[in-house]
Formats: sequence, C-alpha cells, structure tokens
Amino acid sequence: MLGLVGSFCSGLLFAIGLSIAGMTLPQKVLAFLDVTGDWDPSLALVMISSAGIYLVLHRLVLLRGQPLASPKFYMPTRRDIDAPLVVGAAMFGIGWGLVGLCPGPAVAALASWHEDALVFFVSMIAGMYAYGTLNVIGSHDPDGGASALDLLLGKR
Amino acid sequence: MMEASLEGFTPWAALAGGTLIGLAALLLLLCNGRIAGISGIMGGSLQPARGDLLWRVLFFFGLLTGGLVTLWWWPAALDIRIDVSTPAVILAGLLVGLGARIGSGCTSGHGVCGVGRLAPRSIVASAVFVSAAMLTVYVVRHLLGGI
Repeated sequence: MLGLVGSFCSGLLFAIGLSIAGMTLPQKVLAFLDVTGDWDPSLALVMISSAGIYLVLHRLVLLRGQPLASPKFYMPTRRDIDAPLVVGAAMFGIGWGLVGLCPGPAVAALASWHEDALVFFVSMIAGMYAYGTLNVIGSHDPDGGASALDLLLGKR
Repeated sequence: MMEASLEGFTPWAALAGGTLIGLAALLLLLCNGRIAGISGIMGGSLQPARGDLLWRVLFFFGLLTGGLVTLWWWPAALDIRIDVSTPAVILAGLLVGLGARIGSGCTSGHGVCGVGRLAPRSIVASAVFVSAAMLTVYVVRHLLGGI
C-alpha cells in the first residue's frame, strides 16, 4: 500500500515540480535549446538542482539497504556505451527539439487539453509501444546506467 | 491562483521546481526502490510483466493529477504554445517515444536520476540528446524558418 501511495505522490510531486520550473511549457524548453536565439538558461538550473539533490540524497536512501515498500532497489547495472544508447538519445533529442516536450511534461500537459499536446502524447505512446513490440525482453530494464561511484567504491 | 509569469529567465522558479523534481524522484527510490525514469515507467506499463503494472499506473496518474493541480493553481504554467505543423508534432512524438526506449531513458531517467548517480551511460545520453535538440532547434528556427 505504501508503495502505491508513494508512487502516486512521486508522480504528483514530479509534475508540480515541472510546472513550477516552467518545464510544462514547450516554448520555454525551446528557448533553452535555442542557444543562438533569445536564450533562456532556466532549464540548465532545473537540471543542476534536480540532479544535484538526487546526487546528494540518493546515497543516503541506498544506505538503508532496502526500500520502505519493496524487497530491493532496482538499479540499472549496464556500463557499456553502445549504439542503441547513442542512436536512441539522438532520436529522442531531435523529437524533443522539434516540439519542446519530453515524456514527463507531455503527461502533465494533457491537463491543458491543448490539441497538439494531445497529438504529441498519442504519438509518443505509439513510439513506446512500437519499441515494446519489437523488443519485449529489454523493455523492463530500469532507465539509465550503472553509477560510476559504485565502481570507484568497489561495488559491482 | 498564482499570476507569476514564466517568460524569460526565471532562476528561482527553476531552482525550486528542479529541487522538487529531485525530491519526487528520491521519494520513488525510497518507497519503491525504482528509478524515476518516466519513459521507462510508461513503456514498461504498455507490455507489463506480472505484478509490475500497478505502481507504474499510479505514478502516471500522479503526473496527470499534478497537471490538473497546475491547471487549477497556476494556469500560466500550462499556457502551452506549439508553433510547428501537426505532421511535425506526430513525428516528434514518435521520435521521443521510440528514441527514449531505444536509448534506455529520457530527461528524467538519464538527465535527473542517471546524471544524479554519475552513471556514465546517462551522462553520455544526456549530452547526446541535449546536443541533438539544440541542433534541431537551430536547423528548424534559423535555417528553415519553421516547419
């Protein structure tokens, strides 16, 4: 039960964080990406503060050894920089740069009922579904990759 | 209802919102032991493994509810403008959905959690997608003049 409540609250807080940061506005994301135009560096501060607090506090969470409502931590373990990682990230970046929406904001933006935001969401789901159909085995890996810090500390 | 604008550089809102995003991702790690990678959470719910669906769906509805709360409390944050044509929007959605899954993550899984864990894969992926997005904006806005 705590796991389900925690999951809902995490999604809720995540979306509110995105909207406070202005990241639910594709025009603001594009203003960050438009480095030769009227540049808005806000998104850089969003990245620094979100990854920064995660960097400091996630080690403390992992020290617990076990999550509050789950048997273990499901951490990514891969370390190889392979072609799918780079090609997938490049595809993602092109799509992100075309409209200024990525998955989190695309879900939060559904609340606006903006027609193009709905079209984007449906297309994004179709893209994700296509991947799952082509590659079911890989689709349950957690996002990301293994921590370099674990490597330095002698963990796997 | 808040009236504050999000036009131009908004450093304090960016730092406050970013901190909240980080805390949200930490909450999911603390309770569920999961990485808050939105493309992975959503993608995994489309073809779910047994017993692995409900937390994903609840996270999704949390995000959606957060959008509704924003609409009520700060509508300026959902005053969305999209200037490209509908075919470009469809192409962008397909690329974002498929690309995030092929590349094992998006701005949340790689950008927040992965960079926050100093994961080499995530640092490379984030550098690639930010560069590709900047290049795309340059081509669309300054070379093509819109699509």
